[in-house]
Amino acid sequence: MPDEQALRETPLHRTHVAAGARMAPFGGWDMPVQYEDGIISEVRAVRQHAGMFDVSHMARFQFVGPEAVAFLDRMLAADVAGLSLGRARYHVICNEQGGIIDDAIVYRITDDQCLLVANAGNADAVRDWLIPSAQQNGGVFFADLSEDVAMIAVQGPKAVEIVDRLCPLPASSVRPFRVRRAEIAGIPSRIARTGYTGEDGFEIMPPADRAVDLWRALEAEGVVPAGLGARDVLRLEAGLMLHGNDMTVGNNPYEAGLERFTYIDTPGYVAGVALRAIRDAGTPRVMTGFRMVGRGIPRHGLAVMKDGEQVGTVTSGTHSPTLDANIGMGYVDRGLSAEGTRFEIDVRGRLVEAEVVSLPFYSRKRG
Amino acid sequence: MTTPDDRKYSEEHEWALVEGSVITVGITRYATDSLGDIVFVELPENGTEVTQFDKFGEIESVKAVSDLFTPVGGKIVEVNSGVIDMPEKVNEDPYTVGWLVKIEVSDQSQLDKLMDATAYDNLTAE
Repeated sequence: MPDEQALRETPLHRTHVAAGARMAPFGGWDMPVQYEDGIISEVRAVRQHAGMFDVSHMARFQFVGPEAVAFLDRMLAADVAGLSLGRARYHVICNEQGGIIDDAIVYRITDDQCLLVANAGNADAVRDWLIPSAQQNGGVFFADLSEDVAMIAVQGPKAVEIVDRLCPLPASSVRPFRVRRAEIAGIPSRIARTGYTGEDGFEIMPPADRAVDLWRALEAEGVVPAGLGARDVLRLEAGLMLHGNDMTVGNNPYEAGLERFTYIDTPGYVAGVALRAIRDAGTPRVMTGFRMVGRGIPRHGLAVMKDGEQVGTVTSGTHSPTLDANIGMGYVDRGLSAEGTRFEIDVRGRLVEAEVVSLPFYSRKRG
Repeated sequence: MTTPDDRKYSEEHEWALVEGSVITVGITRYATDSLGDIVFVELPENGTEVTQFDKFGEIESVKAVSDLFTPVGGKIVEVNSGVIDMPEKVNEDPYTVGWLVKIEVSDQSQLDKLMDATAYDNLTAE
């Protein structure tokens, strides 16, 4: 099939297959969904110990030049100019109408160099949004590092301690949402204290041809390989959204509950006018977390009901092994979004009661 | 794990074990391996009449929902409350502790439409 041939493979693809991973297409890539011990076991490893994910499928775009920061601040809602060197920021990327193209992390590497890490499935959309403008703009040079650089996320309560054993810096000196260069297991890498699981840990970017060496070094230190199935459960437990699932270009950051990550006041920001109008008008629905009271698992696309009327739509849901509860989130009428409010989820014809809870569902204990 | 040869199998990866006029029904190891960690099982109540090969319940893994199709028709006379409370029992052993329902059947000839273990193994080996 042409579609299968078109699937891209990360530098760790063969390592995953050899480890017995179950592979599936994700955002145009053939990625491990789970390894032999299964999703629940991998979730536990990340919550109790340390797990690692191949996230090399994510897009890594570099912008260099004297105008790079000013350019990104016209195109992203990220206030890059306000970031000190070596700092990172999670933000949403909006089009001129205020629709969410993607959510991403921007890293301020130097005065005139930034790295943008975007979702694999939105790599083309983000390119299409940024590149034509960058080309019209003197002083900004774009490079797609996605093929040359791999990315491995190491996450869990033991992640920092373990990476410290491989990194003379030490790695623990890199504070949350900071990035810098370091050698990990002797491999020159960029190391960022970021992640997508609700745990402490790092995202490490080694050269693509050293990705397998880094993976093996981490495995030798007891880090457990985990797939996209576990990653999806972990991010949902942590109340983190997945673009394409919880928001699309048809949603704005205010209904998605992402206003904290939307810096609209940078002068010249292209979506500023649209976003201010959306903010001032208010949105009828808002991203709301809930926990099932009755028996049932909420799933993407199911209707949220109250007194026989549809009042919302589930965007993500799963069984949470960490909380031993069935949890979900979705867009719900604002009047029904307060903690403790009850409504029903239409689980394929069965109305199952749910109660609004505050996000995140899970927060790690901080030491 | 080998496929037990004391029972019959459907193309939908359910098994049927005859014990007199009552037939115990469950899903196969092939099915549990494909599903991964099972976290939810929805089964009909006692007394429900079901028709052979029709949907009679749902089973959910972490990632997905799958329909359950009964390999035989009849009246549900017992539901395994153990798998309702602890769905992971289906992963643990789908052929013993992980059984789903017991069905009273009037027409044993339904079993002729099912496969034996060897035929089922050939099907899943493809």
